[in-house]
Amino acid sequence: MSTLESLDHKKAGGWKQRLQQLLALAGLLVIFAAFSVVAPTTFPTYNNITNILFSAVVVGCLAMGATLVIVTAGIDLSCGTGMALSAVMAATFMVTLHLPVWLGIILTLMFGAVLGFVNGTLVTVLGLPPFIATLATMMICQGLALVVSNVHPIYFDSTGEHASYQWLSTGTIIPGFPNAIIMLVLATAVAFVLFNKTILGRYDVSIGSNLEATALSGVNVRKWLIAIYAVAGVFTALGGIMISARLGSAQPQTGSGYEMQAIAATVIGGTSLAGGKGSIIGTLIGALIISVINNGLQIIMLPQQWQNVVLGVVIVIVVFIDQLRNRQGRTS
Amino acid sequence: MTAPTPPDPSLLLQVEDVHKSFPGVKALDGMRLDLRRGEVLGLVGENGAGKSTLMKLLTGIYTREAGQFWLDGQPLDVKGVRDAEQRGLSIIHQELNLVPHLTVAQNIWLGREPLAAGFFTKPGRQTARTRELLDRLELDLDPNALVRDLTVAKQQMVEIAKALSFDAKVIIMDEPTSALNDTEVAQLHTLIRRFVTPRTGVVYITHRMPELKQITDRITIIRDGQYIDTIDTASATLDEVISHMVGRAIDTSARPVNVRHDREVIMRVSGLSTPGLLRDVGFELHRGEVLGFAGLLGAGRTETARAIVGADPMSAGEIELKGRKVVIHNAAQAAALGIGYLSEDRKKYGLMLNLSVEHNIAISSVADKFSQFGFERRRAMAAAAQDASELLRIKTPSVAQLAKYLSGGNQQKAIIARWLVKDCDILIFDEPTRGIDVGAKEEIYQLLNRLAGEGKSIIMISSELPEILRMAHRVVVMCEGRVTGTLGADEATQESIMELATWRVSEQREAA
Repeated sequence: MSTLESLDHKKAGGWKQRLQQLLALAGLLVIFAAFSVVAPTTFPTYNNITNILFSAVVVGCLAMGATLVIVTAGIDLSCGTGMALSAVMAATFMVTLHLPVWLGIILTLMFGAVLGFVNGTLVTVLGLPPFIATLATMMICQGLALVVSNVHPIYFDSTGEHASYQWLSTGTIIPGFPNAIIMLVLATAVAFVLFNKTILGRYDVSIGSNLEATALSGVNVRKWLIAIYAVAGVFTALGGIMISARLGSAQPQTGSGYEMQAIAATVIGGTSLAGGKGSIIGTLIGALIISVINNGLQIIMLPQQWQNVVLGVVIVIVVFIDQLRNRQGRTS
Repeated sequence: MTAPTPPDPSLLLQVEDVHKSFPGVKALDGMRLDLRRGEVLGLVGENGAGKSTLMKLLTGIYTREAGQFWLDGQPLDVKGVRDAEQRGLSIIHQELNLVPHLTVAQNIWLGREPLAAGFFTKPGRQTARTRELLDRLELDLDPNALVRDLTVAKQQMVEIAKALSFDAKVIIMDEPTSALNDTEVAQLHTLIRRFVTPRTGVVYITHRMPELKQITDRITIIRDGQYIDTIDTASATLDEVISHMVGRAIDTSARPVNVRHDREVIMRVSGLSTPGLLRDVGFELHRGEVLGFAGLLGAGRTETARAIVGADPMSAGEIELKGRKVVIHNAAQAAALGIGYLSEDRKKYGLMLNLSVEHNIAISSVADKFSQFGFERRRAMAAAAQDASELLRIKTPSVAQLAKYLSGGNQQKAIIARWLVKDCDILIFDEPTRGIDVGAKEEIYQLLNRLAGEGKSIIMISSELPEILRMAHRVVVMCEGRVTGTLGADEATQESIMELATWRVSEQREAA
């Protein structure tokens, strides 16, 4: 019987969700091909493709966490500024306190978990709507990033003490292939396993599908929701590590806006804001689509201000097509 | 080309051979109904007989598969509730369709407010028209009162006034008195009599037999989606109506099985109170018994179950399991202690509709039975779900099917399977056969008996007395948040249960 086989995409909701992923992938290829035709000498080059992947890393990390949260029918608006705060914390640990890089990284990831824990607590214990709770923590993170850094970027000693930190992003374990890209693959793999192979993923979709019923089934939904937000916080911190390692500095003013890109990547990848269904691979594709569009528009010299316009239009088109298909599925 | 003609143009509302089916259920099968001019027609049938389906067809919420509706000699095909209202057909539902934070006048004219220049509201004119309407009906209502401040009875009057403001020819009332006291019922009946003229009529749906005698001219009985008979109220006896209604000889020989009095107590609840409703609820549950919970709507049976499993907070009370006092804060703790609750509202509180049957079966047990270090053991989970599905004969192409595609009976079985896989000793079934067709009901009954026979203890909350009488070893009867009595299987009859279920605290106080 196909029982076991169909289990493998139980979270994906069967062939329909597969189709969504294929569509997203097809969309990615079409957009890529279009830019390749428009700018054949500058866009599809080895260097530029590496650039595209590079810039997908941060949004990709954030989007992994965003997906886990959105599947519960929640939202995490704090991941953008949370990322900036995490970067500042990483710099504080390593630059200000001169802690070893490995310890700094672990502490930063733990700090991210605490951020997520706070979000989860606000949502479950205080019962705040996720939008409001994380809107508040978004502003708190933005403020704290400035407070902790004293409104100045913090620079890593990239040639000396923190060389290994920068290596995380720009080093090459595999020749010609920046480590940042490997980190994105790893982050995706971790998110994929969590979502598809563990009880956290099981409860994630269950809560998103029907929170009340999941609770009455004997699942401690408070505990698991907090856990899911905490895991999302770890991905936020990872985003903060990757961006500061790449820049060689922690920029307290950045971050705002990334949460929207993370949510966009998630939605483009076929995860429903209504909760109960999602796809990690879809989210990865979504992050790549955003990255390709951003990069391609730069290459064809479209002014910066127009890039957001195009991205917004793409989101409308993608989500509309998705809804159209779902509607057909319902009536047929 | 001739316009279609109704079989009998003298009738006000006519339902002619209407069919409608849903996956797995024939909801209406050759339904008929004739409403004469100037009459109140009673419509009776058990739950699931097809009354609500008929109303949804009449108002265009569902589309019929065959048959015809006629209103006042014209074919009736409406696109929705508002369209029906404009054609002169208003339906007053059990759950009232009013906006609580708007005034009486605003509710009555909602969506068709008197306007100036097609845009600006004219509250003065609206109030005046409302007052006019209320005066005509001799209703004692303030047009500017907020609906949420009114009693249910008054709210119902607002609904009726609204229906009349459309110049309704036919009003269909769905159990209008279920929330009213005797005085209010009398007021409502006066209002109905005032409404009925030689050019109007009322279809009056009710479960309360005495009211049929009081208000109706004729009574139409339907059962299992089929038209059974229409009889004149004057010559009808209630027994006749009930026997038509129940029809398929209620198997009165089917009685609780394995009733014994020497069973050990597995759960003892005492002094259970909640901030809202429950006062000092206490009972004992024995191993291997089916304990029925009877009472009217709002008596506190569901609230008792939810408080026990920790879904709602209790303000006082104790629960003992096998002689040991336990404190339960949430359903997760209840499940860990072996208490499973199956809600009356499967879609809202039972199922993850967009997830697989397998997920729905395994969700309660995945942490303790189908995982290792947090990683799921898919094969074990699939095998257990498959086994449970076969054991309960859940009709589904595979357990990977989404729960929403199952019929009501099979959805219910999937939730039962959930708790069987979890290995719960105590199962609380809240209306286990609600919305389930007759065949599947019998299967659920046999399943409950089998579970009890295997030593599980079952609490069965049910509003259907025949079901309680058929299944329960003992019956706990509740009224207004209190336990008013416990009956053994040999003492329980429709009459003895109803007496306890309508036992009012106030009456008792007066008697004392």
